[in-house]
Amino acid sequence: MATESNGVSKLKTPEIKFTKLFINGQFIDSVSGKKFETIDPRTGEVVTQVAEGDKEDIDISVKAAREAFDHGKWPRMSGFDRGRILLKLADLIDQHGEELAMLDSIDAGKLLHITRAFDIPFAASCFRYYAGAADKIHGETLKCTGEFQAYTLKEPVGVVGHIIPWNFPTVLFAAKVAAALAAGCTMVVKPAEQSPLSALYLAHLSKEAGIPDGVINVITGYGPTAGAAIASHMDVDAVSFTGSTEVGKLVMGAAAASNLKTVSLELGGKSPLIIFSDADINMAVQTAWQAVFFNQLPKHSVQGEMCVAGSRVYVQEGIYDEFMKKAIENAKNWVVGDPFDPQVDKEQFDKVLRYIESGKQEGATLLTGGKAIGEKGYYIEPTIFTDVKEDMLIAKDEIFGPVMSIMKFQTIEEAIEKANNTRYGLAAGIVTNDLNIANRVSRSVRAGTIWINCYIITDINIPFGGYKMSGFGKDSGLQGMEKYLKVKSVITPIQNSPWL
Amino acid sequence: MGGYNGSVEFKIQFTKLFINGEFVDSVSGKTFETRDPRNAEVIASVAEGDKVDVDLAVKAARNAFDNGAWPRMSGYERGRIMMKFADLIEEHAEELATIDTIDGGKLFSLCKAMDIPHCVHLLRYYAGAADKIHGETLKLSGEFQGYTLKEPIGVIGHIIPWNFPTAMFFLKVSPALAVGCTMIVKPAEQTPLSALYYAHLAKLAGIPDGVLNVVTGFGPTAGSAICSHMDVDKVSFTGSTEVGKIVMEAAAKSNLKHVSLELGGKSPLIIFDDADLDKAVNLAHNAVFFNKGEICAAGSRVFVQEGIFDAFVEKSVEMAKSRVIGDPFNPEVQQGPQIDKKQFDKVLKYIEYGKNEGATLLTGGKSYGDKGYFIEPTIFTDVNEHMKIAKDEIFGPVLCLMKFKTIEEAIEKANATRYGLAAGIITNDLNIANRVSRSVRAGTIWINCFFIFDPSCPFGGFKMSGFGKDQGLDAMHKYLHVPVDPDVDADYVEAI
Repeated sequence: MATESNGVSKLKTPEIKFTKLFINGQFIDSVSGKKFETIDPRTGEVVTQVAEGDKEDIDISVKAAREAFDHGKWPRMSGFDRGRILLKLADLIDQHGEELAMLDSIDAGKLLHITRAFDIPFAASCFRYYAGAADKIHGETLKCTGEFQAYTLKEPVGVVGHIIPWNFPTVLFAAKVAAALAAGCTMVVKPAEQSPLSALYLAHLSKEAGIPDGVINVITGYGPTAGAAIASHMDVDAVSFTGSTEVGKLVMGAAAASNLKTVSLELGGKSPLIIFSDADINMAVQTAWQAVFFNQLPKHSVQGEMCVAGSRVYVQEGIYDEFMKKAIENAKNWVVGDPFDPQVDKEQFDKVLRYIESGKQEGATLLTGGKAIGEKGYYIEPTIFTDVKEDMLIAKDEIFGPVMSIMKFQTIEEAIEKANNTRYGLAAGIVTNDLNIANRVSRSVRAGTIWINCYIITDINIPFGGYKMSGFGKDSGLQGMEKYLKVKSVITPIQNSPWL
Repeated sequence: MGGYNGSVEFKIQFTKLFINGEFVDSVSGKTFETRDPRNAEVIASVAEGDKVDVDLAVKAARNAFDNGAWPRMSGYERGRIMMKFADLIEEHAEELATIDTIDGGKLFSLCKAMDIPHCVHLLRYYAGAADKIHGETLKLSGEFQGYTLKEPIGVIGHIIPWNFPTAMFFLKVSPALAVGCTMIVKPAEQTPLSALYYAHLAKLAGIPDGVLNVVTGFGPTAGSAICSHMDVDKVSFTGSTEVGKIVMEAAAKSNLKHVSLELGGKSPLIIFDDADLDKAVNLAHNAVFFNKGEICAAGSRVFVQEGIFDAFVEKSVEMAKSRVIGDPFNPEVQQGPQIDKKQFDKVLKYIEYGKNEGATLLTGGKSYGDKGYFIEPTIFTDVNEHMKIAKDEIFGPVLCLMKFKTIEEAIEKANATRYGLAAGIITNDLNIANRVSRSVRAGTIWINCFFIFDPSCPFGGFKMSGFGKDQGLDAMHKYLHVPVDPDVDADYVEAI
């Protein structure tokens, strides 16, 4: 396996322009004056210091968002006018795409050519999609049984708290913020402490685009302080969280104990990828690669830090041996290293290595990889285990790293049963050309997104969100706005009318 | 109390837990008593379910969902069975109305005329919706075929309150059945009887064993076991805000099950100068005194514009004084007893707060009679927003009257609450109606009417009145998942 250099970059780190909290249209220090460091996972070195927001800063930003919602223009504008401003923001994202792509790469260790080609354009498309949806939010008129005129109005829910993770900083900022803005809400965004920089840049661009002060606020800081303050705030109307299942439970518990704010959670997964014997072998291996290593282009790999990773690969026995041969061949052609693809931080790095150890201890066969690379930064070799059993930790827990577990199956019933044998339910993949297998398995696997002959196809039109302990609530698509809307019913008697 | 002799012959048939199609004792063998609020006497001993019984019920519901016929039937066939269920309820309406009256102190005539027919209507409404659950095909940006499927969530826990035992049962059970879920119902300990009867009728109608289970018992034991259960996919709760928080926390700590909550309210009724005075007084009277004030959407804060305030007060007091309290079986009676001693004491306590905090008591304010839990219809005026009677949900026949000048003032005061369940507006002015209905933050706005619960119309609160809707097609969403299937049309296409 070829390895390029790591930690010695040919690309220059851009100047970091925005490192303070963004509240009510201004960049300001935190009340405490505290700062925290954000680390470059390529090298383990500090990129810059960023303002550390805590409860007081959340309080100030919620006040600003509340004022902007109750008395400001944003919710009272027409959807069309909000849409125009969102389009402006999309254009600004395009114009500053290179800088944003670099920020996500430096901050989160993402491949620069992918942040350039996918993350940033996708974020811009989120803003454009919801810009076009903002004036198409329809309630319904109802036909009642009695003599009543009744209709529903869909109204913005109010002040929203967004808590976003570090694996797709710009994408998830866009998916959540664009939908909430289109609906007419105001918000406080708490980006992950590992990747605060692009959120602050986007806040700056939002002001340039014309989003009024107080509508978007960004508080950088930590989960247990700033994040918890949002989840427990008595004046936040809804919280939208993407992250681990463990923290998702804390968010929901805090929402319940405080003011019963509505909650949407997009959490972890242990998604199955089921490959049937009739699959084209090359396509099957490519899909599996994409599912775990997010390998969009050959010869480059990513860190496996995706909630939807197809980390359990079930291969039907008819093509199993051929599949393994191809997998090993593929492994030989990897390149790991700069530009930009380590694990996001030391904690994740250590966790993944621990899981690899447990895989070996529990008796799985290590086919390739399994070790850290280099002395600087958080790089891990793409790792494949086979002879994995359902009760091993590597088969049950979400690893969130470049570790693929391959398991064999015989019958379709066995595949379905094993696929569903998890508390998670985020996504699943099926590789087959047989129509009946595709229909049957897609209806039998309990997961929020089923990819057939593809994986990780994201499209802003497609509602995305899990079943079971992968959470609830959808991002993307028109459904993505529902979390930020409340339905109000209005009923009036119809008097002296022969027609209902 | 008129020409009614006050006696009712009745035998309670079903008092055991209903699990997997059978009436069984609780595992512990324990039972609890349910009392008649007219006289505090014991009606019957009912099986007391606890965690072990909930576990058995969930196992039955899980088996019925994962392996049974119900979710795999066509919606059309489920609809047919639900229609049969509705017919059976109609055939037994008299008996069922009697049960809710004895158990809940509700008016017999209204149970027969409203509660039972309403639940039959709900069942038929959702029976007709069961085969009309549509996903969507999507037009994607890339070369992909994508569509959404709406699938039943799985095993549901319904925790229902005592104020409308029948209506609450069917508000929750009907949409859940229609979409193909299986369920455990935990009726309130104050009113367990009709739920068990419905379970019996469900089986007669052809609902397969395990699909609908009923575990009678208490909140902190049986209710709590449902909320914390690792194999329940969703809990749907109607009750107090205080308990709603506990339900949601337990759901979060256990398995992140979906939650929907329909909680308390302190709903404003805003009456403008142009209102027809008699109609307004009538609506306000019913908004608070209907069902002895034991209704989440009660219009317990009545704001009357100053132009008609004095005349309004006079007519309201007159009407309250003439309200007939007594045995709910008596067709002349308008108000029965409060549900139990706890509620009775609570309402009287709030009346005391009202007096102590300086509100003016215009009429009522005392208990009625020497048996059971009857309270006089009570009206306070000179109420200000900071008083407990203006802020807290009382859940009894206590009306708070407040004056306002301008439309802005009315809107501000209406919204000055952590609740947001419902609101009423009385005016004939189109602009006032549109403006106020858009400005008040509540889930249901009634204009020139109140308590209209049409099965087509979604009902559910904002803010701390909860989230999630009952009624309408919206109610089915609570019990459905939306998975998405994107797949490639022809050859595999690389995404970038």
